[in-house]
Amino acid sequence: MTATTRTDMRAPASPLVWRISAIVISILLLGLIILVSGESPLAVIDAMIGGAFGTPDKIGRVVNTLTVLLLCSAGLVFTFNAGLYNLGIEGQITFGAIAATLALRLFGAVLPGPIAIALCIIFGAIGGMLWGLLAGVLKVHGRISEIFAGLGLNFVAQALAIYLIFGPWKRAGVASTSGTEPFNDTLWLGAFGTTEATPVGVALALIATIATIVIVRRTHYGLRLRAVGRNPRASFVLGIPASRQMLSAFALCGILAGVGGALQVSGNFHRLIPTISGSLGYLGLLVVMLVNFDPLWVLPVAFFFSALNVGSLQLPLVLEKVDSSLSGVIQGMLVLAALIGRGFAEINVKQ
Amino acid sequence: MLCISRFYSYTPPQRMKVELLHIHKHFGSVHANDDVSLVAEAGTIHGLLGENGAGKSTLVKMLSGFISRDAGEVKLDGKSINVHAPVDAIREGVGMLHQDPMDFPPLSVLENFVAGRQNAGLALNTRAAARELKDLASQFNFSLDPNAPVQELTVGERQQLEMLRLLALGTRVLILDEPTTGISAMQKTQLFAALRQLARQGKTVIFVSHKLEDVEALCDEVTVLRRGKLIGTQKIPCPASTLVAMMFGRELAAPVKPHTATGDVALDLRDAVISTNTYDLQIGALTVQRGEVIGLAGLEGSGQQEFLLACAGVDKLSHGRICIGSKDMTHKSYGDFLDAGVCYVPADRMRDGLIAGFTIREHVALRASHHRIFIDLSDSLKVAEQAIDTFNIRGKPETKVERLSGGNQQRTQLALMPDPLSVIFMEHPTRGLDIESTIWVWKQLIARCQAGCAILFASSDLDEIMQYSDRVIVFSGGRVSQPIRATDLNVDTLGQMIGGKF
Repeated sequence: MTATTRTDMRAPASPLVWRISAIVISILLLGLIILVSGESPLAVIDAMIGGAFGTPDKIGRVVNTLTVLLLCSAGLVFTFNAGLYNLGIEGQITFGAIAATLALRLFGAVLPGPIAIALCIIFGAIGGMLWGLLAGVLKVHGRISEIFAGLGLNFVAQALAIYLIFGPWKRAGVASTSGTEPFNDTLWLGAFGTTEATPVGVALALIATIATIVIVRRTHYGLRLRAVGRNPRASFVLGIPASRQMLSAFALCGILAGVGGALQVSGNFHRLIPTISGSLGYLGLLVVMLVNFDPLWVLPVAFFFSALNVGSLQLPLVLEKVDSSLSGVIQGMLVLAALIGRGFAEINVKQ
Repeated sequence: MLCISRFYSYTPPQRMKVELLHIHKHFGSVHANDDVSLVAEAGTIHGLLGENGAGKSTLVKMLSGFISRDAGEVKLDGKSINVHAPVDAIREGVGMLHQDPMDFPPLSVLENFVAGRQNAGLALNTRAAARELKDLASQFNFSLDPNAPVQELTVGERQQLEMLRLLALGTRVLILDEPTTGISAMQKTQLFAALRQLARQGKTVIFVSHKLEDVEALCDEVTVLRRGKLIGTQKIPCPASTLVAMMFGRELAAPVKPHTATGDVALDLRDAVISTNTYDLQIGALTVQRGEVIGLAGLEGSGQQEFLLACAGVDKLSHGRICIGSKDMTHKSYGDFLDAGVCYVPADRMRDGLIAGFTIREHVALRASHHRIFIDLSDSLKVAEQAIDTFNIRGKPETKVERLSGGNQQRTQLALMPDPLSVIFMEHPTRGLDIESTIWVWKQLIARCQAGCAILFASSDLDEIMQYSDRVIVFSGGRVSQPIRATDLNVDTLGQMIGGKF
């Protein structure tokens, strides 16, 4: 038994070393990029922190971004753990947002505000679920890679949103890319003070994150999902039907993304706009890949990414030589570094 | 014109003797080739015979540059050479036809034909290449449409194309790895005729196979490997039993299994047809009793795996009726088979049986009740500890299964089998295990039999088949023998049956 103990203790150490060094190297590289573009990294950090947390309004924006990002990331934890690359999450947010807009348009004038808002979120969830299941059915029954099915459905959802904004749901008078007519403020999700952050959104996002952690790590459903994701063939032999697990993961991810879409509509933009997803679905993919599909780390990483996103917006206002796209560079570099670190760790283990 | 002149400007094929001398190759802790030598004379067809996993492919892949050797010497025409990549081997005149043709399915026959040419220039001389392909194909009576996409070809046609391609590249030593798997009888006749013609032209053919009949029909000489070691070289023709004995070992062990069969039916097959890639296996009637152990003998890939998968309900019978106990299970789902107490234990543990990245405890929890919502952590820990204790697994509840040794993975698979069971279907129950573990595993399995469970297992280890089976079924060339009592078998009868005589 001593031999076993030694292997166990040694084994996890080396992957961790690889991963940490990969991230350290990526941070150094980022510093280099900033230096080369003629700015001081410290000034950039300072500007970013100021941009994200300088005023309550900015904090509110970070929280709002985080809310949707957490919902998407939580959903993606399910699909990633089932071994699925659900790139269709953007479409699931968009279709959820469309369904949510429909709910507000249908019930906004006839039902009390809070009930209409509740229906809006439920509609969002159903819309996202349907869009997720569509990708899932194409994958499971049509043998179409979920990556391509998802990307295709993203375009369809996007086109549908644009059609609605310029067609049936256009503003009185003139259609515009700025979206549909804003909803009456009785249909706005209540916010903290004067900020944009909504308590309901925060609560939903936190509940979703915690539930995801519990489900994935502690339930038989989560265990089966992870088993299917790691080895569908062996899971089948052990008696776990892979197709049902995969479809349920798509549905769950769609529900959470759809709720995110509903929050974008009723809490953030107060209307449907063409870019309603804000690319937060793609950002969620990065978050979940960075945490290696482990839901426990989703919250801190999603928070960091939200702060980066919001903080970088005013970079060009404060500093001359860097652009707001720096946040994308940072996020991309970190994820690449994490993936490379994981790859090296695996190569190392095999040898 | 460039291509044609290239082809016809070749000096008449030199005769090339191939010598592989004292080759060693390790894969991790596995000694895949242990001091193996093979000498193939020019103008002959040399067979390389052995069970799956005997090290045949490993040996020839070192000749064709796909893998590098740890020690030993490779000589062509008496000259020592070093190949580091397939392109080096092709330059030396050595070409290899793989089990799955290494071609580009979306491209056309002609495009595949010209693929891999060095110094061919930028422009593709389509017409010349087409003529070259046609001339070469007609030499061997192959008919290939140059414009057909390769993905629409049969495996046999793809093989023909690949062979022509290698010949056009100037191959003088042609290696074929299990070329008769997945091709039609007519294509096989064509292939053999082509190979004989190549040998007559003075080329050297190395024919890798685990099929006795093919080696007997085609080869001039055969080298036999077993478990990575050289067993010997034999001129053909020679009696099939000699080759079987060389492939499997001479002395068979005596049966050691106590009598556990009860007379009650555990498994019943009627008029069953099981389709594999190559064969339709027909089983008129088979009844297995509770407590009985049936060994499935035969060269690997003769349909044993498909038989086990179909009986376990993982795959479907093409035709016929199957009962587990007294229940008719025909057309039932695999879930129903599991509920009926069936368990399938695959040979490839990490691919089909266990989940890499999961710990022993997680596997235990996965096997536990599906009706509960939350995992009972302390319970799964307790069960995992018990399993580790009972099955003597060198690991801990939180050890990931891929970190266990092969033997301990097998013990884990056994520990995960539900209890009670009515039928267990196993592939190679003790492959990769030391003798002590083998004896221990069978002790556990026989205890299951005493509790009324029937076991059907496939093994390439004839000793294991003889020692632990009540009855033996032999699979050979798409046919399935009647079950025969292990006590009625000896090495000659078994050898002849494996060779197809029953």
